[in-house]
Amino acid sequence: MIEVQQLTKRYRNTVAVNNISFSVTEGQTLVLLGTSGSGKTTTLRMLNRLIEPTSGTIFIHAKNICSQPPEVLRRSMGYVLQGYGLFPHYSVAENIAIVPKLLKWPQQKIQKRVDELLQKLQLPPEEYRNVYPAALSGGQKQRVGLARALAADPPILLMDEPFGALDLLTRAAVRKEFKELDELKKKTIILVTHDVQEAFELGDQIGLMDKGKMQQLASPAELLFYPANGFVREFFNQHRFQLEWQSVCLKKIWNDLPEVRNHMNATLSSDQTLWDAMEEVANHDTDVYAFDEETGSARHVTFECLKIAIQKQKQQG
Amino acid sequence: MEQQQSLWQFMLQQSGKLWQQTITHTGLTFTAVLIAVFIGLPLGVIIARKQRFAAPVLGFAGILQTIPSIALLGFLIPLLGIGAFPAIAALFLYALLPVIRNTYTGIKEVDPAVVDAAKGMGMTDAQILLKVQLPLAMPVILAGIRTATVISVGVATLAAYIAAGGLGEFIFGGIALNNTNMILAGAIPAALLAILFDLILSLLQRIQARKMRRLVVIMPVIFLVLSSFYIFSATDKSLLAGFTPEFMGREDGYLGLKSKYHLNMRNVVISDAVMYKAEFDKKLDVISGYSTDGRLKAYGLVTLKDDKAIFPPYYAAPLVRKETLEKYPELAPALNLLAGKINDSIMTELNYRVDYLKQLPEKTAQDFLVEKGLYRKAQNAQKGTVRLGSKIFGEQYILTNMYKMLIEGYTSLRVETKTGLGGTKICFDALVNNQIDVYPEYTGTGLLVILQPQKQEVAKLIANRDSLYQFVKKEFARKYNLAWLPPIGFNNAYALMMRKAQARRLNIKTISDLKRYTDLPKKR
Repeated sequence: MIEVQQLTKRYRNTVAVNNISFSVTEGQTLVLLGTSGSGKTTTLRMLNRLIEPTSGTIFIHAKNICSQPPEVLRRSMGYVLQGYGLFPHYSVAENIAIVPKLLKWPQQKIQKRVDELLQKLQLPPEEYRNVYPAALSGGQKQRVGLARALAADPPILLMDEPFGALDLLTRAAVRKEFKELDELKKKTIILVTHDVQEAFELGDQIGLMDKGKMQQLASPAELLFYPANGFVREFFNQHRFQLEWQSVCLKKIWNDLPEVRNHMNATLSSDQTLWDAMEEVANHDTDVYAFDEETGSARHVTFECLKIAIQKQKQQG
Repeated sequence: MEQQQSLWQFMLQQSGKLWQQTITHTGLTFTAVLIAVFIGLPLGVIIARKQRFAAPVLGFAGILQTIPSIALLGFLIPLLGIGAFPAIAALFLYALLPVIRNTYTGIKEVDPAVVDAAKGMGMTDAQILLKVQLPLAMPVILAGIRTATVISVGVATLAAYIAAGGLGEFIFGGIALNNTNMILAGAIPAALLAILFDLILSLLQRIQARKMRRLVVIMPVIFLVLSSFYIFSATDKSLLAGFTPEFMGREDGYLGLKSKYHLNMRNVVISDAVMYKAEFDKKLDVISGYSTDGRLKAYGLVTLKDDKAIFPPYYAAPLVRKETLEKYPELAPALNLLAGKINDSIMTELNYRVDYLKQLPEKTAQDFLVEKGLYRKAQNAQKGTVRLGSKIFGEQYILTNMYKMLIEGYTSLRVETKTGLGGTKICFDALVNNQIDVYPEYTGTGLLVILQPQKQEVAKLIANRDSLYQFVKKEFARKYNLAWLPPIGFNNAYALMMRKAQARRLNIKTISDLKRYTDLPKKR
């Protein structure tokens, strides 16, 4: 779907992005994670040619992105950025309609699409259509920004710190909504963030970048349990405990848990993480059970069992 | 209260002219601002995009802004002449900086995230400019236009100096005539215009950015309408006079023309520095000047005969300390060698050589004396020293040099020159206080500046050149123990002048003749 080959961006004295290659398959979410100055935003902005690479090529649907005018390329990709960049002189509806208008959609189709998106993003159209951005809360602005990126239903979504301007509480809530939004389920998303928690929550793949180089590109669990180098290991140390427990599903350690016959009062499913399981255990005085729909089996979940399972995972790594 | 009533009465009485000048003023202002917007706005956009041009362009516009307005008008006259054209050009140059700077700042201050989003969504550069940057920068740009307008209303008063009209004509006329009502009749409407335009534009500015889209269309239309008030009227075919502010204010000037000749000329106020050139360029038909000014010859002008004698005679003659004459009896004959030798046209010619051809006064003086057979080599004797003074202009330098050569050639006296003694007062005080012995003075100046008699007496005296000379001679001897020697011959008085060709064509020889071409139906 997206194929990046040996991408390099050099400024006068510095190399912002150093020979990066990766690919993203359709419907996947790739998170580019790193500290500021790691080159993650530069990489993202090269994808829609807001920055032209010094060398390297990018293919989308096996087509070199330089083969068409940048404006045309950009109209086929949703773009969400940290400050949202809503036009203060455009109403909510006008903001969302920007790309469809650029694509010369008929007025009626635009209006229908705007209302549909507002509905989906829980901004009742009658109430919000004609409101100007200045009157919106941070979370509402973020949703309008997202709606604007989704307006023309682009197959690819580029997101640069999309939740960065929100406070922590709102951010968690918006992220939860974001994950559940059906509009996004089939999109190929490349998301840039410096927030480790966010990366693990949203990324199918995480590319950890530092000093312009891709340190490791892998699934969240792989990053934790099979770090490619010292930097990767170090990077997650602070959050390691929580991340490890979050990155493993019960399913993965199913056979290490004691089997039980009775699954009528199971409160966990095998898809949930060990972190969820631990929370469940901590919050209950009675025994906690988990159920796996696929096999129809149930397990007894205890803190001791979880601890042993995690250690076993680490040893394998 | 009497003052206010009479101001009101004055404004009512002059309402026709006042209204016309207000329209001219508005027209000048908005024409200039409109051009400034048409040029400044695109420039501001360009430098906001091409950062490296920003400093030079803003710097240049800033320098224009620092040029004093009078000086800027002065620079423009050689290029553009007089009238509305250079005035609009000057106003335009002043209005340029606020427009460029605010456009630049306005665009630069648009939230970068908004521009980034616009770009990221696939807007073209032109779309970003027209749909995002300009609408969002519009309040700041409008503030710039507002500043430009207010500046222009103020500077436009100076347009009257170069005959472009506007409310400044009242102001400068009032200053020259020492007429407070006239000053206020120009100043108050000018101030009100500035306040009014500022208010209107501030209201426009407060309209929020989202409504700007319509405003962008409306604004130029409003400006066009306002500037179209100003029609470059050249319909009036009567002769046009250009008078200096000083001439406007003097009894032996414009006021005399009105009271004695009953001359009601279409006239503009213009500064002395540009007046002769404007006359030459046929921008003006009649000007007020000095009868021996070298520019008369340079520009081919003739003076009109003052047939009703409103201009006092200004015959030049050496003014000498009596003590010096007694101490050196040979001095008077030497000075008198020049008496009656230089008439108006000769003096004009000599002034022309010095002021216009930039010859040294010394050479001009020597050439003249040689030509007249008066020149003798200096004797380089040491009998005593005579101190010669002169005022600070070419004619006086020429005369002083002639006297120096004559004294040193015909007597065994040595001459020490003290030129550049500023004006009449300085020369006269130096003479009275025994710091100089001789300087050339004019009878009219002696009467009006030094003696300052009663008004009726002046009127009586100036009618006859000889009685004036005798009066001045007698009074100076009595009061200051100073002697007026016989006059040199020329009369450097105020005069009205015209281009030779035009005067001949219209058969105008005297000021009274002018009436045939200048009388207007009524006071405008």
